[in-house]
Amino acid sequence: MKGINIIVCAKQIPDPEVPFSNVSVDVEKKEVIVDAPNVISPYDENALEAAIRIKEEMGGKITVLSLGRKVSDTVLRKTIAAGADALILIEDPAFERLDSNSVAYVLSRAIRKIGAYDLILTGRQAGDWDSGQVGLLLAELLGIPSISLARSIKIKEDRVLVEKTVPVGYEVVEAGLPALVTVSNEVGELRYVSRSKMMGLLKRPTPIPKWGAKDLVDDLERLKKIQLVELSPPPDMRRACLFIEGSTPQEKADKLASFFKELG
Amino acid sequence: MSELLLLVESKEGLLDKTTLELIRGGSELAKDLGIDAAAVVVGNETSPLAESVASYGLKKIYKLEHPLLKGFQPEAWAGALEWLARQITPRIFLISHSFVGKEVAPRLAYRLDTELTTDCLNLRIDPQDGLLIRTKPIYGGNAIAALKCAGLPQMVTVRKNAFEPMEKVTTKSDLVDMVPALDESIIKVKSLKTVKEDVVELDKANMVIAGGRGIVAKEDFEMLAALAQAMSKSQGKVMIGCSRPVVDKSWMSSDRQIGLTGSIIAPDTYIAIGISGAIQHLVGMIRSKKIIAINTDPGCNMFKVADVGVVEDYKALIPALVKKLEESA
Repeated sequence: MKGINIIVCAKQIPDPEVPFSNVSVDVEKKEVIVDAPNVISPYDENALEAAIRIKEEMGGKITVLSLGRKVSDTVLRKTIAAGADALILIEDPAFERLDSNSVAYVLSRAIRKIGAYDLILTGRQAGDWDSGQVGLLLAELLGIPSISLARSIKIKEDRVLVEKTVPVGYEVVEAGLPALVTVSNEVGELRYVSRSKMMGLLKRPTPIPKWGAKDLVDDLERLKKIQLVELSPPPDMRRACLFIEGSTPQEKADKLASFFKELG
Repeated sequence: MSELLLLVESKEGLLDKTTLELIRGGSELAKDLGIDAAAVVVGNETSPLAESVASYGLKKIYKLEHPLLKGFQPEAWAGALEWLARQITPRIFLISHSFVGKEVAPRLAYRLDTELTTDCLNLRIDPQDGLLIRTKPIYGGNAIAALKCAGLPQMVTVRKNAFEPMEKVTTKSDLVDMVPALDESIIKVKSLKTVKEDVVELDKANMVIAGGRGIVAKEDFEMLAALAQAMSKSQGKVMIGCSRPVVDKSWMSSDRQIGLTGSIIAPDTYIAIGISGAIQHLVGMIRSKKIIAINTDPGCNMFKVADVGVVEDYKALIPALVKKLEESA
């Protein structure tokens, strides 16, 4: 196979690494308020890294497809700086708060609009709702084989070879292309994007094509919103922390050792 | 449209505890709706597992048998369960949020044209319309959402420990043989081999010593190993774990990862070293009896959930602690 056409589905979410004190719940409006910058969902970053490694090995094209609202173009452009070739944003008020089935449907419409592809990569789950469904649903909608929880992906002629994490270790599986693979974090972190590279890119930003409902969906009735009955804050996790003081590390270590002695 | 159906899973050939939890939760929901609860065992030879699940008060056990269901191939299992669901049209379908559940449930939900909610913590019936109200953590556990979905069967995956495991009863369930119409052509993903690895089961540890992003070098985990060695003399079974960034760096395998997408554990003692305490990590260890945090940042979240904290560089503290523990042993 010469050059591979990869589509990476990447969702933008508020940084899930943020301290829990920055997250609150508006019970009335049934909304989660996160005081954090947007990032690409971490497993989607792993998926992009996997795509870039495949492209480095055999050449090809990576298209990043992102569905979201109020997204930051700068965050999206980081995917280009890392090694993606094209970027498409799917944005429309009609696409807000969709359930997993509908998200997969909109993505499937966008992928059909893109046309030719060999491989679709998604993160194993998004870092906000953690549903872990959209990838597999998307493959069903497109009628292509799907493999989940990849820790390594290789292309061999017209087939994809995947090492996937299973409870006893890992399993090596293969499927014919086109196929969809969901990626786990064992694949590795997205490569570092230098500030200067990012700044250079932002100086002459290429416009990001935006597709909305009229471009993708004929029958808006087909889209279903998440039906939230109630949203509540989590149980309080805080404990009263006893800090061990001391003027030297050894003094602290000695006090900590006696604490463990009482425990043991 | 009368039954509640749940998927039976095994671990090393024996009935998995999560199945007993599903039976408890499922039996209560079925009782609320005045319907029967049933289970399905999938495989090429289902008798032993079906026999063992027959003692927990379910009305029926469906034995879904076919040569293609040997081992676990997600497409074959989804195909067989789709066939069964079309035969018996269950009203509710419960599946564990396990490896098998995560593979099968979304594919099955799509094929049955229904909506799935994954990783539920609690389930109840809305008395108004009889639909399932599904409670699940979102934003890594920073909020708890209760939601409803249309579609039949009402389908969910359920998190481990969401319900107490069911106890045995004196009556036996009816066993029903079912042979699904399956064809090899539905299998598009071919398994070439499964490689067994030494998988660490962190939930078996009395004490877990975990390192995070704050650990600056891979070699520094040797310090944690030395601490584990010293602790094992007085603290029972001690294991090394980590937070997600450590796995991302390939310094540790994912079986040692603690958190939302790793292990969710509740050891007697948890020592967090260089872990800032992102919520998705906290979800995995917050039920530990004692939490000890070691970090250079006094403002980090791990101290807010810890019982004991030490603000210190681990590189200075751990060797000193190992030395002291060995002296006093």
